[in-house]
Amino acid sequence: MSIDYIFAIPLVPLTLFLLLGILYKRIKPSVSGYIGVLGLLSSTVLSFVAAYQYFFVHGKVNGVYESMVSSTVWMNFTPTLHIDMGILIDPISVMMLIVVSVVSLMVHIYSRGYMKGDEGYTKFFAFLSLFTFSMYGLVLATNLFQIYIFWELVGVSSYLLIGYYYTKGTAVAAAKKAFIVTRFADLGFLIGILIIGYYTGTYDFQTLTDPEGSAILNWGATSFMGLSVITWALILIFMGGAGKSAMFPLHIWLPDAMEGPTPVSALIHAATMVVAGVFLVARLFPMFYFVENGFALNIVAYVGAFSALFAAIIAITQTDIKRVLAYSTMSQLGYMMLALGVSGYDGHEGVGYMASMFHLFTHAMFKALLFLGAGSVIHAVHSNLLKDMGGLRRYMPITNITFLIAAMAIAGVPPLAGFWSKDEILVAAYEHHKLLYFVAVFVAGLTAFYIFRIYFGIFWGKETAYAHPPKESPLSMTFPLIVLAVLSATVGFVPFSEFVTADNVGFEAHINYPLAAIATLTGLIGILLAWAFYKKTSTLPDTYARTFGSFYKWAYHKFYMDEVYLFVTRKILFRQVSERIAKFDKKYVDGTMIGIGNKTVLTSTKIKGLQSGRVQDYAYGFVVGVVVLALVFIYLWTN
Amino acid sequence: MSFNDILVMRQEIVLLVIIVLMIIMEIAIPQNKKAGIVHLSIFLFGLHTVIGFFVIDDKSLFGGMYRTTEMIHFFKNILNIGVFIILLQSAQWVKNNLISEHRGTEYFTLLFSSLLGMYFMLSAGDFLMFYLGLELSTLPVAALAAFEVSQRKSSEAGIKLILSAALASGITLFGISLLYATSSSIYFETVSENILNNNLTILGFILFFAGLSFKISLVPFHFWTADVYEGAPIGIASYLSVISKGAAVFILMVLLFTVLKPLMQVWDKLIYVIAIATMFTGNLFALRQQNMKRFLAFSSIAQAGFILLGLLIGNQLGAATVIYFVLIYIFSNLAAFGVVQAISTQTGKESMTDYEGLYRTNPNLSLVMMLALFSLAGIPPVAGFFGKFFLFTAAASEGYYMLVFIGVVNVTISLYYYLLVVRAMFLRKNENPIPFFKNDLYMRLGLLITVAGILVLGIYSPLYEYIYELSNLIN
Repeated sequence: MSIDYIFAIPLVPLTLFLLLGILYKRIKPSVSGYIGVLGLLSSTVLSFVAAYQYFFVHGKVNGVYESMVSSTVWMNFTPTLHIDMGILIDPISVMMLIVVSVVSLMVHIYSRGYMKGDEGYTKFFAFLSLFTFSMYGLVLATNLFQIYIFWELVGVSSYLLIGYYYTKGTAVAAAKKAFIVTRFADLGFLIGILIIGYYTGTYDFQTLTDPEGSAILNWGATSFMGLSVITWALILIFMGGAGKSAMFPLHIWLPDAMEGPTPVSALIHAATMVVAGVFLVARLFPMFYFVENGFALNIVAYVGAFSALFAAIIAITQTDIKRVLAYSTMSQLGYMMLALGVSGYDGHEGVGYMASMFHLFTHAMFKALLFLGAGSVIHAVHSNLLKDMGGLRRYMPITNITFLIAAMAIAGVPPLAGFWSKDEILVAAYEHHKLLYFVAVFVAGLTAFYIFRIYFGIFWGKETAYAHPPKESPLSMTFPLIVLAVLSATVGFVPFSEFVTADNVGFEAHINYPLAAIATLTGLIGILLAWAFYKKTSTLPDTYARTFGSFYKWAYHKFYMDEVYLFVTRKILFRQVSERIAKFDKKYVDGTMIGIGNKTVLTSTKIKGLQSGRVQDYAYGFVVGVVVLALVFIYLWTN
Repeated sequence: MSFNDILVMRQEIVLLVIIVLMIIMEIAIPQNKKAGIVHLSIFLFGLHTVIGFFVIDDKSLFGGMYRTTEMIHFFKNILNIGVFIILLQSAQWVKNNLISEHRGTEYFTLLFSSLLGMYFMLSAGDFLMFYLGLELSTLPVAALAAFEVSQRKSSEAGIKLILSAALASGITLFGISLLYATSSSIYFETVSENILNNNLTILGFILFFAGLSFKISLVPFHFWTADVYEGAPIGIASYLSVISKGAAVFILMVLLFTVLKPLMQVWDKLIYVIAIATMFTGNLFALRQQNMKRFLAFSSIAQAGFILLGLLIGNQLGAATVIYFVLIYIFSNLAAFGVVQAISTQTGKESMTDYEGLYRTNPNLSLVMMLALFSLAGIPPVAGFFGKFFLFTAAASEGYYMLVFIGVVNVTISLYYYLLVVRAMFLRKNENPIPFFKNDLYMRLGLLITVAGILVLGIYSPLYEYIYELSNLIN
């Protein structure tokens, strides 16, 4: 069964990008919007065809989902070590195809309304296409190097889109920040890749992740500072993943990235690009699990759990609704990392892996919906701040209902999508690591609280005196909201454990009723608290904020992480290290080079006389040259 | 000899027919329609270039005086493409300056005659044929160098070229006579069998080598280059710097690798010394030039020095890298000369200071120039990088590390002066920049071909593989 038609899925957005990019000024905005949506629609349809073909027709061989590869050698280093370009089809890549396609399509449709009248309308769609292409390339990659190439490409498109409003200073700064922070993390990723290539002799995912393969079995061959080099490589690779997925302490770029247009936040910084880190760990999961008894995997679990808690606390205190959602994203990504971190491998042991992917899938739907809903609100009131909103349920009924569904989904209210995936994560944590389980439950409560805090703040509460009465958004914007709301409500019923598992053999997942009840109860408490605090205007929140005093202030200032970074880079790195090196460089290295340069120019001036302009001299030079050469070769350099 | 045998000389015959046709047209076309000559010659030569790509069998004619192989045929095709680009680039100049004086046809017939001489030189099977081709290729160019009769500098260029060429040709002939004296034959095949490693042969060889070095402008036989380039019409300067030089490199390579192979332990030292001298001289002189044509003259001397690195090693790899480098050099240098030509034709300006601020008024031309200079300097990913890279690796593979190091030092020096031009165009401001102008279609096509070459040749690996296969025929 040929899978070559899947190549068309990334190639369509690439073509769109080139087309829109080249015709940028000659194409009418309305036309470019339609082209973008139609192109994405075809990719989406193909993705669904691919998913159907894979999951229901061809993928399963003897009860196991086999990986399918179609690739060509791109660069050859040694007979075994080469870089391929191609596509790898397996459960998680197919699942990611669906996620990227659906969210990207919805964002494309939504952007037609949201970006209407914007000067760079066509450019915006071109960038969206570039991003979609890169993301497809990333999820379909067959080897570490290919994933790295597309990894950087999504980084570039994210940079372009965050800085889309390039006349705004904060947007430009945010774009730079995102790029530099993730690039820094990617340095680790690259070193990790090179280590893996050097010690295992392959970049290929299938070879690397084969539990019986030499890459995993020989992990103990070389060690460095008490750990296997492969473990070091995995930690470095996870560093790259942590950068993209905004794990503590590399998360500082994500909140600032909200300077980009809201559809971009929904697509890139909620549903697709930021899950790349989770995807990467899942992609290499057998390595993480088997090498050195999962040492690197434990790091993943702790970093994930801490990020989830840390971000959830900050989210409670923020007043910009997009920033609340950004921290919420970080928190949920931490959740997914945690689930991967506590997962086993065989059968039901691998429930964490399954839950992580499941949560990735459901989260993409409801978080995209939350962002698009927030965008719809921002579109109506022209502000990001909670204080400029309130009582909007009367003006924007569709946005209200869809946002509520999404909020309930993320809070884990049954039977919406988030409930199912979160439950599986809690099961996994409970079975493998009790402490992390309690962290996870606590975060679930916080999540419900902060999301309903903004929900009540936006749609209920006091009614702000609006300059213009807010209007419901046009159909192009509400339609994606409705679609995503339906998905957020229903995708939880997908029997995920039959399709996506660590060892690619399906198992039957059961609801663990006691755990589910505890989680649901925690969520409901969170919601009730939020209701009590924010349903109506009251002094309650301020009182509590005062009670917590400095802790509240710390959380409000995001625990001063940005300031820490600035201190380390400016005060320590720049002043103590860089300046000294620069001085040495200027004085000695430059001095030597400039000296050589000056000597060269001086010589050039001195020999000027040789070229006299008189043809007699030229002939003289010619003849003397011949004679000297002849004499030298006949009398001196004879053999 | 059958008719089919004659067809082996197809390249020469078609070009000769074109020359004759041009002369007839000169008479047939009425005075007020003489501009048509330009279109006609470009059309005819374009056709000739295309026809050239049809395969010709390897064959030897006239008792071995004339021969052709797939490699020689490929050389001729490279020269054809180069000349075609030069025609495109100089079309506007010919229309402006020559047509009104009824000298358009002269220009084309002389140019084509010189090219015909190169064909014979490349296809020569003995020293006599070789010498005739050499003379036929040089004499018309001397006339062309002096073509701008109203300009003192142009006449000076013509005189200097013809005098230097006469000297060089005399010395070559002397060298050939000595080689004949020791090997008692002028046929390449017999010479290579009878050649002895004695003093008389070495003297003959050095004299002969000096004559060809004159055409390639190797130090110390290069003195004429700068003055002639500066004075000659730009089309002719670029012809001298790529076509004339390219053909001479090809034939020198073929002779060194086949006929003169027994003398290898002489000529590898000779080339080693001359390569160093040529690279340094070309680069150090280029550093201070202000006139673009003089600048490119010294740059082309330096480039010739790099070519010697490939010649030195005397095997298939060396031959392949030399051919590849020359091919890329033709495109890069023609792009640079094309821009100089365009600006000179439109505004008459040829000084580097005039180029300041060019990017603001003529961004496209500046970009072409930048690409060309990057390629000449060998900056990746443009073709010039691969050309130099292969040359250096070839030399290193035979253990000439010192020479490669000197080459790299020279690349660094050259980078400095190439970037001087780029800086002038992009970073410098100018009160009175060259105003925006539009080039005619021919010039644009000419520049486009060179740019495509610069961008594609380096990355398109089958080309290098093909050249490598061809180079096998040398051994």
